[in-house]
Amino acid sequence: MKKTGAEIVWEMLNREGVKVVFGIPGGAIMHTYHPRQDYDIHHVLMRHEQCAAHAADGYARVSGKVGVAIATSGPGATNLVTGIATAALDSSPIVCITGQVQTYLIGTDAFQEVDITGITLPITKHNYLVTDINELAYTIHEAFHIARSGRPGPVLIDLPKDIQIASTEFEPPEGDISLPGYRPVAPASAAAVQRAAEFINTAKRPVVLAGQGVLMSGAMQELRSFAEKAQVPVALTLLGKGGFPESHPLALGMMGMHGEAFVNQAIQEADLILAFGMRFDDRVTGTLATYSPNARRVHVDADAAELNKIVKVDVPILGDLRQVLTQLLPLVAPATHPEWLAQIDAWRGDSHFRNILNRPENGRLVAAHFINDIWEATKGEAIVVSDVGQHQMWTAQFYRNDLPNSVVTSGGLGTMGFGLPAAIGAQFAQPDREVWVIAGDGGFQMTMHDLGTIIQEKLPIKIALSDNGYLGMVRQWQEFFYDKRYESTRLVNPDFVKLVEAYGIPAWRATNRAEARTAIAEARATDGPTFIDFQIADVGEDGNVYPMVPSGAALHEMIRRSQPDHTTD
Amino acid sequence: MQSTLIALVEDKPGVLNRVASLFRRRAFNIESLAVGHTEKPGISRMTIVVDSSRTDVEMVVQNLLKLVNVIRVEDVTEVPTVMRDLALVKVRSGDGATRAEIMQLVDTFRARVVDVGLKTLMVEVTGTDDKISGLVDVLRPYGIEEMVRTGRVAMARGGVGTDRELTA
Repeated sequence: MKKTGAEIVWEMLNREGVKVVFGIPGGAIMHTYHPRQDYDIHHVLMRHEQCAAHAADGYARVSGKVGVAIATSGPGATNLVTGIATAALDSSPIVCITGQVQTYLIGTDAFQEVDITGITLPITKHNYLVTDINELAYTIHEAFHIARSGRPGPVLIDLPKDIQIASTEFEPPEGDISLPGYRPVAPASAAAVQRAAEFINTAKRPVVLAGQGVLMSGAMQELRSFAEKAQVPVALTLLGKGGFPESHPLALGMMGMHGEAFVNQAIQEADLILAFGMRFDDRVTGTLATYSPNARRVHVDADAAELNKIVKVDVPILGDLRQVLTQLLPLVAPATHPEWLAQIDAWRGDSHFRNILNRPENGRLVAAHFINDIWEATKGEAIVVSDVGQHQMWTAQFYRNDLPNSVVTSGGLGTMGFGLPAAIGAQFAQPDREVWVIAGDGGFQMTMHDLGTIIQEKLPIKIALSDNGYLGMVRQWQEFFYDKRYESTRLVNPDFVKLVEAYGIPAWRATNRAEARTAIAEARATDGPTFIDFQIADVGEDGNVYPMVPSGAALHEMIRRSQPDHTTD
Repeated sequence: MQSTLIALVEDKPGVLNRVASLFRRRAFNIESLAVGHTEKPGISRMTIVVDSSRTDVEMVVQNLLKLVNVIRVEDVTEVPTVMRDLALVKVRSGDGATRAEIMQLVDTFRARVVDVGLKTLMVEVTGTDDKISGLVDVLRPYGIEEMVRTGRVAMARGGVGTDRELTA
């Protein structure tokens, strides 16, 4: 049966199981939009293409499926770039479809022409410029395969207008994909797994460093079985949250620049680190010169280019983490590490005393308060989408999470403005779950135009603004490392409550703990989207993220909240 | 220190750009890159010389393999390999005596004169990097007007082809 390029796009999306796409139409893509109503695929009209990419990304992270974003040529395509780079750095499977000028106009600087395959080359896993209608169906099939397999990532398909208009006999691609140069993940070397087991069975002070790979390979249960059998404590990266329940007795919590001091201390004192699906980002290692100096190292990753990239390891294992853990489990002897676990608990006690939630309140609202109160109110079961900055770290520290694919944040690229649009995607992935966005006042204003999408789609997203009137993380760095010169970090803000109310979204303002609790309860009792402006302490110890490893320092050399006077209770 | 890699890639638009972009993005230090067709239609072959004192060659290999259009990568640094570079050198020849002198040097290096102008000779030389550099060094005093080098190409000695799995 003959179909146009436009029809083939929807036909193929349908066959890939796509139920929702995020985008904005425009001149070079409107031909593709035209037949959309004939297909059972919902289109979410975003307010900016960057948000379309972030929404597709949020959808992918929560659903585990490929997210789809659509944009027109030129500015539509370039607006996607930040979203694509965000997905690339966090290995999120999205497919972006962009309109392009007619093939015979390519290279002429035609209206809204831009070389988007050239621009996105270093930030996509792969990309395509389709110049033959007969290759379109297979290209889309291939794009989804590449996006979701191996180490996932973004794929872009640039679709010239004349290809959308042209028609051809449509034959759905059947059978396996033939890509001679593409090797997703091979089975792990049995010898390497055996060597890892020997290290594990002789270790006295082992620690697991669990990253996003746990979630991507679906290895949550396998990791738990492993940790329990070998009694190995588990530290998480920011994106690893959800890979191991934080309420588990062997859970340490987050490692790295803003991880708990005792977690970093454990890594530094360990005699064996087991890096499972993480990539030794500079935000988790501190300076490499002194990183885990006494440890033997085992690294499991699905991407061969990550092994020995940053940290040289004793046993690199290339493979799917879930399969590797399944191979490893029978080789691991049941163990206990009472001295090691007791040592970690002693360090943990000190962190407990310094935790702001365990301090007497001084009347000022701090982020830890309202995040803790959201955590309590939602029983820790909400999908929490954070933006980037101080509140992101506070969310990671104080919204303790036991559920996979429920913490969404931009880790690798650190994209401010990610939170709100990613939450839109997250809500579509899990329509029946409670979705909270926690954003700072800086990042929120980068994408707040997509409040329009939230009301248009009637999404019951709960927005919490961590509002301190500053680009807070930059301000904190200025306080610590730049002589307290607060250059260009003070924000003069609008009345956020009025602004959000203009969209018809019920809004509250909270300036103290009691107001915060009331607002959270009332927001949760309200159907549809809500917004709370939490006006929090802006400066001083109440306004900073602790602990903190200064950039370039060793992992255990942390700036910490001062010791309380009464540590004896 | 140099390492020589052979990469077989799909002959598709933009593949060279993908490879070059990868080197730039990952800050890999590359000495030369030569591309051409192979005996098999649809497959191109790249010979890549990496400065292995400044770049982790294993990272280059693994990152090349991540490119969907890169089919195979082989590090031939440690295997017996024929390596060749080709140069065209336009050198000032001046009067008859100088011209004869240059032609003698060219013979010694088993190079060839491929064009004779009124005031210049064009010399073609094939060989290892060292040999070509040697000839260039002795020609330099005469005055080099123009020079082009292809960059190294390499092929392992004996055995079967690098693309054996593709042709099987």
